[in-house]
Amino acid sequence: MTSAQVDVLLVAVVVAAACAIPGTFLVLRRMAMMSDAISHTVLLGIVLAFFVVADLNSPILIIGAALVGLLTVGLVEAVSRTGLVRQDTAIGLVFPALFSIAVILISRLAGNVHLDSDAVLLGEIAFAPFNRFAPFGLDLGPVALWVMGTILVVNLACTALFFKELKLVTFDPALAAALGFSPALVHYGLMAVVSVTAVGAFDAVGSILVVALMVGPPAAAYLLTDRLPRMLGLSVVIGAVSAVGGYWLARLLDTNIAGSMATVVGVVFTLILLFAPPRGLVASVRRRRRQRWTFASQMLLIHLATHEGTAAEADESRPDHMHRHMRWPAEFADQVIQTATERGLVRLDNEQLRLTAQGREIARAAAVR
Amino acid sequence: MRLRTGNALAVQATDLTLAYQQRPVLWDVDLEVPRGVLMAIVGPNGAGKTTLLRAVLGLLRPAAGEVLVFGRPYVEQRGLIAYVPQRGSVDWDFPTTALDIVTMGTYGGLGWVKRPGASERSRATDALAQVGMQNYADRQISQLSGGQQQRVFLARALVQDAQVYLMDEPFQGVDATTERAIVDLLRALRADGKTVVAVHHDLQTVAEYFDQVTLLNVRRIAAGPVERVFTEENLRLTYGGRVAGIGGQTNGADAAVFP
Repeated sequence: MTSAQVDVLLVAVVVAAACAIPGTFLVLRRMAMMSDAISHTVLLGIVLAFFVVADLNSPILIIGAALVGLLTVGLVEAVSRTGLVRQDTAIGLVFPALFSIAVILISRLAGNVHLDSDAVLLGEIAFAPFNRFAPFGLDLGPVALWVMGTILVVNLACTALFFKELKLVTFDPALAAALGFSPALVHYGLMAVVSVTAVGAFDAVGSILVVALMVGPPAAAYLLTDRLPRMLGLSVVIGAVSAVGGYWLARLLDTNIAGSMATVVGVVFTLILLFAPPRGLVASVRRRRRQRWTFASQMLLIHLATHEGTAAEADESRPDHMHRHMRWPAEFADQVIQTATERGLVRLDNEQLRLTAQGREIARAAAVR
Repeated sequence: MRLRTGNALAVQATDLTLAYQQRPVLWDVDLEVPRGVLMAIVGPNGAGKTTLLRAVLGLLRPAAGEVLVFGRPYVEQRGLIAYVPQRGSVDWDFPTTALDIVTMGTYGGLGWVKRPGASERSRATDALAQVGMQNYADRQISQLSGGQQQRVFLARALVQDAQVYLMDEPFQGVDATTERAIVDLLRALRADGKTVVAVHHDLQTVAEYFDQVTLLNVRRIAAGPVERVFTEENLRLTYGGRVAGIGGQTNGADAAVFP
């Protein structure tokens, strides 16, 4: 690997980790789409701050972006608080408005600066290694790595310091308020972190990947664990793995890196959705099948047990009687009988199904319960 | 903690008025809860019962009126009140354990940033044992039954070690075991000199479980000891003549404002 490749991969992993942490709380607070809104509207903050400082590398830009991020949240809440518009609709109203103001401002007044709308959507992480952080002529690596590394450290520190508050406010805001923790303060604090992360990340990877990295990995981690700290850790790992995977996919297909990373996030999520051990779709289908079989075999055993030793036994225990009696399709009835026979619960004896000792035991246990 | 409880009423709300978008939900309501009693708040759906609890907790800002806890404003007495919200008000798919939920009750005493340690966890474990849930400490909360979830919420209130317990429908949809456990718990709290105010829906059990009752339908209809206040006449006033039908009273609210 060349050193430029290492730089791109490092930036990608750090961006993924920085996004996954606030993303976890967004997903748990059912505000995933707020990341979409904020990652776009921060552009307005960047543009406005740029008009003030006229320097694309000024840290003031990040502050401006964070303020507009908070403004987005505030406006969305104000619109939905009227009671006339739902919150998801409010997001759909506020964020295009602020974003399009930014686009108009750029095209009218800042056409000659590097602030184009393509870069906003997909960023260009491939250029990250060329913009070096070199104070006093000392090359310390890409600027993007320093910016995102700082944001990652801030995110980790905030989460570590306010873990208990974030958890409480997310789970039960009413209790939080009653205990004297301001849910609004925690909420806006989180939104400020989301905004700063979005603005830092979107310079490198664009707003689509910011959304993908904030929502995808936590949503996937949520399917894998039921402990919050583990969910945070898994989100970071899934995000980082997707970022690295996406980079190599882009190399393979010779295409846009951020787009490939977002694609891999989607693929990883889909795989986890399908194959997550207890909650995935495959596991659910298998569980339902197993339950259906357990229930069917119990019905068969109880039916045989009920008529065991009675006058009607000869009639009731013929294999071809079962599908009519249980209202099973004939094929399913054959399957149930065959499986029960294989497992030694019943045996066919002179055209009659008879319970084995084990089958009788299971029938009794099932009937008692 | 030294308790500034004095001789005042445990909870005293005066002239509480609260409206959602011009529609009055509480109209000039007084709530007087003497210390050491179990009080039920009873009234039809939409009568403002939950709103009253939330106003006492300072979660809602009333249009008029004030709330005192042992003679002082709620903000000064926060540590003296524990709150058990309706079970349905939170997301039980949240990724955490029963013990962790109970530990949340200790956060008020910890304040910002400070993390719960061994002593908080051991208090939470004790509280879980008090509601008979010690074997479920490490259980993911979505795997608990409704009654077990309710008991986790009660344990979380117990760990707050408060003087006044505000409970929003603690008996809602619980199994018989849990109902028994809650009743025992309420009596144990009363024996300890604590005060409990609970929104309650089951008119059959009001007299058995509670000492005092406040009948509410936007306005306060009546309040006092159960044997004096919990009469058919008062219930008719509260439920608008449909004592048997506990739910669904939608325009009873308006009727009660301007009788």
